[in-house]
Parts: sequence; C-alpha cells; structure tokens
Amino acid sequence: MRLKALIVATVMAAVAGNAYAADIIRFGTEGAYPPFNQIDASGKLTGFDVDIANALCVQLKAECTIVTQDWDGIIPALNGKKFDALVASMSITPERQQAVDFTDPYYTNKLQFVAAKGSDFSPVKLKGLVLGAQRATIAGTWLEEHVKDAEIKLYDTQDNAYLDLSSGRLDAILADKFVNWDWLKSDGGKDFEFKGEPVFDNDKVAIAVRKGDDALRQKLNGALKAIVANGTYKKINDKYFPFNIYQ
Amino acid sequence: MDLHGFGPQLALGTLMTLELAFASLGVGLVLGLLGAMAKASPHASLRWLGDGYTTLVRGVPELLVVLIVYFGSSAALGMVTGWVGMETHVELDPFAAGTLALGLTFGAYATEVFRGALATVPKGHIEAAHALGLGPWHTFSRIVLPQLWRVALPGLGNLFMVLLKDTALVSVVGLDELMRKSQIAVGFSKQPFTFYAVAAGIYLLLTVITGGGLMMLERRANRGFARARS
Amino acid sequence: MSLDLDVAVTYLPKLLDGARLTVQLVVFSGLIGLILAVPLGIARSSERLWVKGGPWAYIFFFRGTPLMVQLFLVYYGLSQFPAVRHSALWPFLRDPYWCALLTMALHTAAYIAEILRGAIQAVPRGEVEAGVALGMKHGVILRRIVLPRAVRIALPAYSNEVILMLKGSALASTITLLELTGMARTIIAKTYMPVEIFLAAGAFYLAISYVIVRLFKLLEWHLARHLRHRG
Repeated sequence: MRLKALIVATVMAAVAGNAYAADIIRFGTEGAYPPFNQIDASGKLTGFDVDIANALCVQLKAECTIVTQDWDGIIPALNGKKFDALVASMSITPERQQAVDFTDPYYTNKLQFVAAKGSDFSPVKLKGLVLGAQRATIAGTWLEEHVKDAEIKLYDTQDNAYLDLSSGRLDAILADKFVNWDWLKSDGGKDFEFKGEPVFDNDKVAIAVRKGDDALRQKLNGALKAIVANGTYKKINDKYFPFNIYQ
Repeated sequence: MDLHGFGPQLALGTLMTLELAFASLGVGLVLGLLGAMAKASPHASLRWLGDGYTTLVRGVPELLVVLIVYFGSSAALGMVTGWVGMETHVELDPFAAGTLALGLTFGAYATEVFRGALATVPKGHIEAAHALGLGPWHTFSRIVLPQLWRVALPGLGNLFMVLLKDTALVSVVGLDELMRKSQIAVGFSKQPFTFYAVAAGIYLLLTVITGGGLMMLERRANRGFARARS
Repeated sequence: MSLDLDVAVTYLPKLLDGARLTVQLVVFSGLIGLILAVPLGIARSSERLWVKGGPWAYIFFFRGTPLMVQLFLVYYGLSQFPAVRHSALWPFLRDPYWCALLTMALHTAAYIAEILRGAIQAVPRGEVEAGVALGMKHGVILRRIVLPRAVRIALPAYSNEVILMLKGSALASTITLLELTGMARTIIAKTYMPVEIFLAAGAFYLAISYVIVRLFKLLEWHLARHLRHRG
C-alpha cells in the first residue's frame, strides 16, 4: 500500500516535472476590463479571462504566468514575443486574423449601447451625438464604420470611457454587452441603462496566439474543450454571470 | 482621505517610479558622456553621430520615444539577429524599455551639459597630467571627471527632475509605476480627482526631496571652491 | 520583419490632420502661457513676500508634477465633482481640446514665468538706474526698459520651452484628442504596424520643431536689428 502510494507519487512527480520543464505558457491580458480582467486593491489580477487562463493551465498541467499590457499595444506585444497567448476578451475579426491566429471561441459577446436612464437615445438616430468606445476594439471599429454624422471619441481604457459617460461628456457608449452589464450593476452605472437591441450579436471571443503557432493553438483548443466538458467552464461562468455566455 | 485600500499599491508604484528614475539616470549619464566625447571628437563621423543622436531624440516627444522603444525594440533586435542568422527573440519588458527610452532622452540633453562642462576644464590640467605620465583613462578619471562633475552637476540635477516626471509616461506601456497604479485605483473607485491629486502630491514630495539632495551634492562638489569665490 | 513604408504613405493625410491639431495646440498654449507668465514672472521677481508667495506656489506645483498628472486632474479629475459639471465652465471643461489647451497653457506659464524672472534679474542695474535718473516712474521703467530688455534675453529660453510644449502635446492623445500621436496610435490600432507609423509621426515632429527653431532665429535676428545698425 505504502509502496504503491510511493510509486504513484513518483510517477506523478515525473509527469509534473516534465510538464514543468516543457510547458511554460506566458499569457497577456489588459487588466482594465472588468469583469473579464482587472487588478484589485491588492494588485492581484482577477476576472473571467484570468480564471479561464488558469483553468486551461491546470488542464494542460503547464506553468503559467500572466502579465498585463496596455490594450493599444496588446497585439504588437504578442507579436513582439512579450508573451505567447492573449486572453483578453479579444473578438475575432478579419483584420486581427491578418496579424494573429485565434483559438476556438471561449465566449460569445454582443455589442450594445448604454446611455442615461430616461434619455431618448436610440441606436437608429445618432446624428449630432457624442459617442464613446475603447480604441482598437470592435465597438470602436463599428462606430467608425457605421456612424458618419456623430462625433466618436476613442479611449485608452474602457474605464476612462465610463468616467466620461458618467460626467456627461458622452451621450452613449458602445461596448461589449457583458462588460456594460457589469458596469450597469455597479455604483457608477446606476443612472444608466441598455438602449435598443444589440447592434452586433455574433461577436466571437477567443485566445490569440502568434501567426503559425499551431502547437500552442491546438493545445489550448484541446484544453478548452476539456474544461467545457468537465464543468470547470460553467463554474467560472456562474461566478460572474447569472446566464450562459459560451453559446 | 479614503484611498479605498489602494495606499500600499501607491507606495509600491512610487518605489517603481524611483527604481525607473535611477536606472534611467545611470543609462543616461553614460550616454551623455559618450555623446559629449563624440561631439568633441576629432573624427567627423563620430561628431556626426553625436549630432544626429541629440537632434533626433530632442526633437521627438518623450512619449513617442517610449512607444517606439517599446514596440520597435523587438522588431529592430529581431532584424539584427536575423541578419547574423540567429533565430532568437530578444524582448524588452516595460521596465527595460522605459529605462532605455528615458535614458536615451536624458543622455541627449546631458550630452550638451557635459559638452559645456568639458570646455571649462583647462587644457593646462590635461597637459600637466600627460607630463606626469598619466594614461588617458587616469587623466580622465582623476583630472577631468572631478572638475566636469562639479560644473555639470546643476545642469544634470535639472535634467534629473525632468526625468523624474517623465517616468509617468512609461505607464502607457503598462509599467506599474505611480501613474499606472493611480489609474488602476481610479478604475476601481471612480474617484479620479482624489487619486490624481494624491499622485501629484507624491511627485511634489519626490521633487522636493530630490532638490534637497541635489543641494547637498552641489555643496559637496564645491568643497574647496566656496572660499576662493567669496 | 521589414519596414513597410506604403502603410505610412497611405495614412499620410491622416497624420497631416493630426499634425495640424498638434501645431494648433502648441501655438495657442504657447501664446496663452506667455500672457499668463508676464504678471506671474513680474510678481515672482518682487521682493515682497505676499506678492511673490502666490506665484511661487503656482510655479512650484506646475513644475513639480508631471504634465500627464495635471492633464488627468483637469480632464478626469474635475468632472468628479457635480458642482463642476453644473457650472458655467462645463461647456469648456467637457471638451478635451479646451482641457488640453488649458492644462498646457497653465503648465508652460509656470516655466515661462521662471524664464522671465531670470531675464528680469539679468537686466543690468545701470539701465534701471538711468531710468530713475531720467525721472521715469516705476511702471514706465518696467514697460520701457526692463521688459523689452528681458524679452530679448529670454527669447532663446522661450523658444526651447515652445519645443518642450510641442513634445508635451503628445500627451493630449491620452485624453482622446487625435493630434499627431493620438492619430498614430489610432492608425496602429487598425494596421498593427507600430514601427512604421510611429517613425512617420516622429519625422513630423522633427519637421515641426525645425520650423519652430527657424522662426525663432528669424525673430531674434529681427529684434536685434538696432544693435546691428550701430555696429
């Protein structure tokens, strides 16, 4: 009995040791996008993306580090090999696919406007309004492509955009529905609400890796399937949202 | 004042700001000395190099230098290692990139300070050193540098104060220094004025302490000169 | 990896738009800063404590903190207070352009005031005494002798300060303004080609600072014309 335990322990240590030597995955994220990735008062990185990254690492028995990076430069930083995989709620877009490769989606988002409660804002009459979004996001791109007669302001972080919505500098913000949802239930968002139907509802969010890094991409895909199948994904989902965001 | 528990984070940020400032100072002093020597060189190509360095770096925003060094360094180093046939990836983290960028900026301005100071070292002193049989290194370290230091100190001190404030720019590439820690705290607390005012107060404090330190250094460097002057 | 200059060429018109805003910010903040700095610099050179105390504190704050902090305090910080958002100033303060201009002008005024103070103190005593001997009043001496002389002494330092503000204006990109750096960052968000676009933006800055330096040289030459006639 004792011998058996010893053997099991040795084998496991050897396996773990191998994994340790072979697999170090360096993740990058933004750290300013609650509830998906954010830094708390103790300086710790938390959020849905971070939990997913950690769950993938447990599944792969890999050693993982996760660092933060300004959103603007997050793809250049990946391609500059500052980290190996981006788990930062990044939507799959054709433009980004020219620069990076994506794993299978790990959740599906929608783009929806938020504006002050009681305002007569409507997504179909935007003329003359001041609209905000984060720079280099699909929300920012959507505004630039679809809105011609309103002023568009692009922010370094989503937090700064919300500050300006609260202060009245913006008439509305276009952002990921789940991020807006989280903000609306916070203290800062209590005077605001969703407006209209989502303007885009098939926003597939995935982990990005460098172009051609198929080994890592396939490994992450496998692990993603596994954590969805074994219930780990649902546990993380329910920690943040009372509804299913995987779809 | 309610810091929402972010006090220790701000303290850590301040520490990082100081580390960055002193690391950049080290890089900048070396670059400044090299720049001044290049500009005083008898070789036209070295003088050209020195001029190019100061003109380029001093004409471009510090923020842009930070961004270029951070995003460009991997690409540029990749190109170089590619030429020599190596497939390595060299990367600069935000701290290294910030140190290099701020050091480059400091060095460009320090070049002018050192050049001015170099001109005040009497030629006779250098000739005397040669006559005594001192080699070029000893002439520089024993005769030139101590005099250079005294004359250059006030100018360098001013540049260090500028550098201290420029560290805030490195927050843009994600270094967790004081400015970025403040931004994170604002994101949490939604109280921008409170946290940016606290950050301003900390920067002021650093400026005051640095100013005091510089005065002490100047007094020390001027030992033996004060009496002769009055 | 090689440089793709076509990208920079494609986005040249956009960068030009950004450069126009950059120049606007620098020119206006430089002028407003100068106007603010004259009374500040004069008061700062006073020997009375109650006159120089206020300007001293002002200059201490603006020279002792990063421009980025000042910008965030004005743009994001002030809007924390409902009183500001409901005040008559809000139409100005809600606009990032005015916030950037205001902050840059206040910031540069502190530096220009110090330059002016140094210049005022560098005016030879004999010239002031000559004015007194001619029976000129204090204000007249300041206006006819001290300030014109101080302006010529301060001009090279002022031109340096304008270059510093040109470089400082890049920070306006952090409060959503699409000046040269902001435009470059927005283009990079689309193209993912940071090196090419940032280098192109850098070339624009070098060109602008070259023009500024030439203009000031011309002005110096113009202001010194009476000295040339004599010699």
